[in-house]
Amino acid sequence: MSRLPKPPEGSWTQHYGLGTAPVSYEDSISPEFHALEAEAVFKRAWLNVGRIEQLPRKGSYFTKEITVANTSVIVVRDQQGEIRAFHNVCRHRGNKLVWNDFPRDETSGVCRQFVCKYHGWRYDLDGALNFVQQEEEFFDLDKAQFGLVPVHCDLWEGFIFVNLAKEPAQSLKAFLGPMVTALEGYPFDQMTERWFYRGPVGANWKLYMDAFQEFYHAPVLHARQSPPDWSVPAQNAGFEAPYYKIEGPHRVVSTAGIRPWELGENQRKPMEAVTRSGLFGPWDKPELGVEMPPGLNPSRANPWGLDSFQIWPNFVILIWGQHWYLTYHYWPTAYNSHMFEGTLYFVPAKTARERIAHEMAAVSFKEFGLQDANTLEATQTMLESRVVTEFPLMDQEVLCRHLHKVAAEWVNDYVAGQPGLNNEGVRV
Amino acid sequence: MESMLPEAFADLEPFASKWSLATEGERYAERMATTMPEIQAFYDAVVPRAEEAIAYCDKYPLDDMPDDALHLLHLLYSMVQVSFPVECWGQPKIPDTGAAALDLISEPGP
Repeated sequence: MSRLPKPPEGSWTQHYGLGTAPVSYEDSISPEFHALEAEAVFKRAWLNVGRIEQLPRKGSYFTKEITVANTSVIVVRDQQGEIRAFHNVCRHRGNKLVWNDFPRDETSGVCRQFVCKYHGWRYDLDGALNFVQQEEEFFDLDKAQFGLVPVHCDLWEGFIFVNLAKEPAQSLKAFLGPMVTALEGYPFDQMTERWFYRGPVGANWKLYMDAFQEFYHAPVLHARQSPPDWSVPAQNAGFEAPYYKIEGPHRVVSTAGIRPWELGENQRKPMEAVTRSGLFGPWDKPELGVEMPPGLNPSRANPWGLDSFQIWPNFVILIWGQHWYLTYHYWPTAYNSHMFEGTLYFVPAKTARERIAHEMAAVSFKEFGLQDANTLEATQTMLESRVVTEFPLMDQEVLCRHLHKVAAEWVNDYVAGQPGLNNEGVRV
Repeated sequence: MESMLPEAFADLEPFASKWSLATEGERYAERMATTMPEIQAFYDAVVPRAEEAIAYCDKYPLDDMPDDALHLLHLLYSMVQVSFPVECWGQPKIPDTGAAALDLISEPGP
């Protein structure tokens, strides 16, 4: 019997019309589906590649490897202060333009122009080709025709998005839609203390999305992160979220919080009291001096835990009630692997005490994240056995059901627009 | 040998060269490379002094800390790091995490 109210249909799953039948995970173990997804999803959707604070001044740049789309992108703040993006390829002989030491590694820095390591062609920050070594020996070379290949790039609330399509089907703002843009006004710009984690995961990217968009697993998988006086009752009670919302390809789960400082000593880790912090963040939250936007804490939970905005395809903004946030990115590298990125953002610590509280939140994040990541590899390998092909999902897993449905829709839509392809990506 | 920590924390000096480490990567690696009895001894020594040590570090601005206070702060970060083996796992490594890795590529100072 659920403790929290459900929609009139009796479940969140039925409320959003997702069907209640068992689901297939073929979309996470099929190389053919993965190849279609690369075209249908990652070359057509808006992809978040970072924050504007990573480009603090004119000439600041970073590169982003988008392996699934077979490209690398340069994101730069040009001389006018505009954020631009280009494919990271020299127009002369196709060398990767910006890289250090290891061509496949991402890099960042500040420069006045981009110079190719191979033959010294130079490009302005706005992508224009401005110098060709021994230009007179080329044949009818019009430099104006050989600028860097631009990538569509737009900003929302300081988040930098790119779109690899020739012409994106929607503007960024239309793509994000009202549910996500209802976050506008959240003081992301105040939270500039950045902790950037990265690690390879031996599982399809959607499996990790699934792990962080349901909390049914939390009292079980992470039981030992809390003392038995907390974890045993938590596991007996199970997990329920008070609110789920689905809109277009995006999803939100909102949870109630706890007040760890009100718990008994046997219900929390001793280090939480020493540092006044934990997985949910510092107990003492910073003053932000702004109203919270209407899109946040939609169930008006008090205490409120977090809102996790699952932004299609591979980007998550998770905002904590304790006035900090984190992002997740899941960058596919193969049908059965991806690069996971977790980035924590706090209002910069002003004192050692605040900094130690951030350390505790960050270390806790990694302890949980590693448990999740390794479990996924265990899931991937056995899904690939295809011994079992249908899996029952419960109501707290409603967002997982939706993610896989959206992936199928985008792939089907792409295939329908490509005469000569069947829905397994095979030319017919 | 010159001491790393402020004089008031001389009792923690034996742990300083091992645990006063500037990056999360170094602290995590040290935790993995250390036995539980040694981790426990560090934890037992530092936790009772934590409140005093935090208060000491708090006397300085974060962007202008004297070296000895900075070493003490880094020692406190290691205290946070080893709290999980001591309080949750009973071993340095997070159980069931196999070869999984999650590296902190960039972190705030100090």
